[in-house]
Amino acid sequence: MSSHINKPAPAEPAAEASKPLKDNLGQHACQSRCSEAPCHGLQAQLDVEPSEEFEQLERHGLLSEISRRRFIQASSALAASIAFGMPSEAAAQETMQTGSVTLKINGQPQTLSLDPRTSLLDALREHMKLTGTKKGCDHGQCGACTVLIDGRRVNSCLTLAFAAEGAEITTIEGLARTSDPQTIEELSSVQAAFLIQDGYQCGYCTPGQIISATATIAEQQKGELSIVSWHSGQHHRPELTDEEIRERMSGNICRCGAYPNIVAAVRAAAKGATL
Amino acid sequence: MKSFAYRRVSSNAQAIEAARGQGASFLAGGTNLVDLMKYRVEQPASLIDINHLALAEIKPAEGGGVLIGALARNSDVANHLLVRTGYPLLSQALLSGASPQLRNMASTGGNLMQRTRCYYFTDVAFSACNKRNPGSGCAAIEGYNRIHAILGQTDKGTTSGETCIAVHPSDMCVALAALGAKVEVEGQSGKRTIPFSEFHRLPGSDPSRDTTLREGELITAVRLPPARFANNAFYLKARDRNSYAFALISVAAGLEMEGATIRSAGLAMGGVAHKPWRVPEAEQALAGKTASEANFAHGADILLRGAHGYQHNRFKIELAKQGVIRALTLAAQGTSEVA
Repeated sequence: MSSHINKPAPAEPAAEASKPLKDNLGQHACQSRCSEAPCHGLQAQLDVEPSEEFEQLERHGLLSEISRRRFIQASSALAASIAFGMPSEAAAQETMQTGSVTLKINGQPQTLSLDPRTSLLDALREHMKLTGTKKGCDHGQCGACTVLIDGRRVNSCLTLAFAAEGAEITTIEGLARTSDPQTIEELSSVQAAFLIQDGYQCGYCTPGQIISATATIAEQQKGELSIVSWHSGQHHRPELTDEEIRERMSGNICRCGAYPNIVAAVRAAAKGATL
Repeated sequence: MKSFAYRRVSSNAQAIEAARGQGASFLAGGTNLVDLMKYRVEQPASLIDINHLALAEIKPAEGGGVLIGALARNSDVANHLLVRTGYPLLSQALLSGASPQLRNMASTGGNLMQRTRCYYFTDVAFSACNKRNPGSGCAAIEGYNRIHAILGQTDKGTTSGETCIAVHPSDMCVALAALGAKVEVEGQSGKRTIPFSEFHRLPGSDPSRDTTLREGELITAVRLPPARFANNAFYLKARDRNSYAFALISVAAGLEMEGATIRSAGLAMGGVAHKPWRVPEAEQALAGKTASEANFAHGADILLRGAHGYQHNRFKIELAKQGVIRALTLAAQGTSEVA
C-alpha cells in the first residue's frame, strides 16, 4: 500500500496514550489512509457504525498497521454476523458521485473526475500523482499540505478541489527554476537555502515548510504584518528578524524539531545569500 | 465525510435562493466548516460555494467608518491600510489568531460563524454535547474544562439539556465587540443590520444556536464605526503556547484619550464566554477617569462580575482580571502610528 508513506512517522504509543485529549498531529489517521483505493470497501462498511473500540484505538495511535488490518477484518466479520443490519439511508448517501473539475497546477490545466468531498490535497496526491505535497494532520494544523493558490499560501487539506477550480495552484513540484532540476542552481532560492542550511531532518514537513517560507518572504517584501510586528513596534515595514520568521512560519510544524536550521534557511533565502 | 452536493453561486440572490434547501451551508474559506465535516460534526446536505460573490472589498463607509466585505480574508483585513491606521485593535486581534495559511483562507463572515473548539463538541465519540446533539447533556462540565467558559454559561448539571460551558473561539470577534461593529446580513425577507453585541448569543436554554442569524441568511459585510481607538489600542492574548493556539483568555482594549484622561473606552474579552464578553457598564466606568491601575482594576471587576470557574479553569478568573488591567495599561501607553 504505497500511500502508507504518506503519513508521518508513527507517534510513540506510550506518549499518545497518556494524553487525555487530541494531539495536534496523527489524529484520525484512518481518514488519510482510507483515501487510498483498496481501503474504500472497508471504509464503506466501517463508516456505517464505526466501532467505538476501533475509534478509540485509532485516536490514541495504538493500532499498528498489522493489528489494524486484523482488527478491520475481525470487525467486518463481526459486523456481518451481528448488529449492523442493512445499510441505512445515511449510509446510502455515502455513495460516491463524481463531477468534472479542471485544476491548474504549476501552469498545467488538468481535468479530473472527482467526488466533491475530495480535498485539493487528495486531488494532488491521489489523482495527479503530485506527492510532493504532504498529508500530516489533514485538519489544517500542521502545514505539511501548504500550497500556493494565486500566490497565497493555504492549507490544501481544508481546500475542496472543486472550490479551487479556476485558480493558479503552485505546489513544491512547481517551485524550481527548471522543470527537472539537476543542480542546486536550478532550485528556487528557498529550496537551495533549505539544502545548504540543512533545514530538515526526516524531510516530511519540508515541502510545506519551503512553500510557506517562499510566501513568508513575499509577504514581508509586500510589507505585510505579523503580530510580532505590532508587538515590536515595527508595524510600518517590518524587517524579517528571527522572531518574525518564527511567528510567520508558525503554521508549519516540524516534529523532528529542525526549527533552528529552518529559521536559518528562511533568513538566508530572504537575504538572497543562499548560493 | 458525509456526501454533499456542491454548487458555486455568482450572486447574493442566487446564494440566498440556494440556501432554501434543507441542510444547506455556505462555503467561504472552509477552514472551520470543512474541518468539522471531516469530523462529522457538520454534515451539510449541500455546500453553496459563495467565494465568487463580490463581497471581498474593504472600503470607507458612507458617514464614516469602514465597510469590510464578508469575503475579505483575515490576512487582507489585518493588512489593509484603513484597518492598520484606524483600527489597530482589529489588525492585532486578527494576527493573533490561527496561522498565516488559515488567515489567507478564512473570511470575515466565516470568522463570525466559527464553532466552538470545545473538545466534547468536536469529537463525536462523546455523545453528550448539547450544542452538537441537543438535549444530550454536557460532557465538559465534569470533564477537562480548561478552555471553557467562566461567564454567561448555562450550568444545570451534566445531564441537563440546557447546560453548555463552551466558548466562542474567535479573536477577530473580540476586537469587533470592543469596536462596536455591526453585521450586515441579507436573507429571504430582505436586508438587516445586527449590532455586534446581538449577533452572537449566550447558550441560554438552547446551546445549539451560536448566533441570532436566521435560517438561510447570508452575512454580506461588517461595518466599523468611525475610528476612536487608532492611537490607543491593545489586543492581549494569553495562551498555552505563544503562537497558533486558541486563547485561554484574550482582551481587546481601546481607549480614546484626552491627555491623561479617558474620554471613552471599548473593552471586550475572549475565551471566557459563549460570545465575546462585553459589559457596557465597564466601559462607562472608565470614561472620564484617569488612566490608572486602580481605575483599570475597577473596570476589570465590573467586566468579570459573576464569573464562575470549574475544576480546570478557575485560574481564568484572575488571569482575565490581570489581562484586562495589562491590556488597558498597554493601550494607554499608545499604539505608535503607522506612517
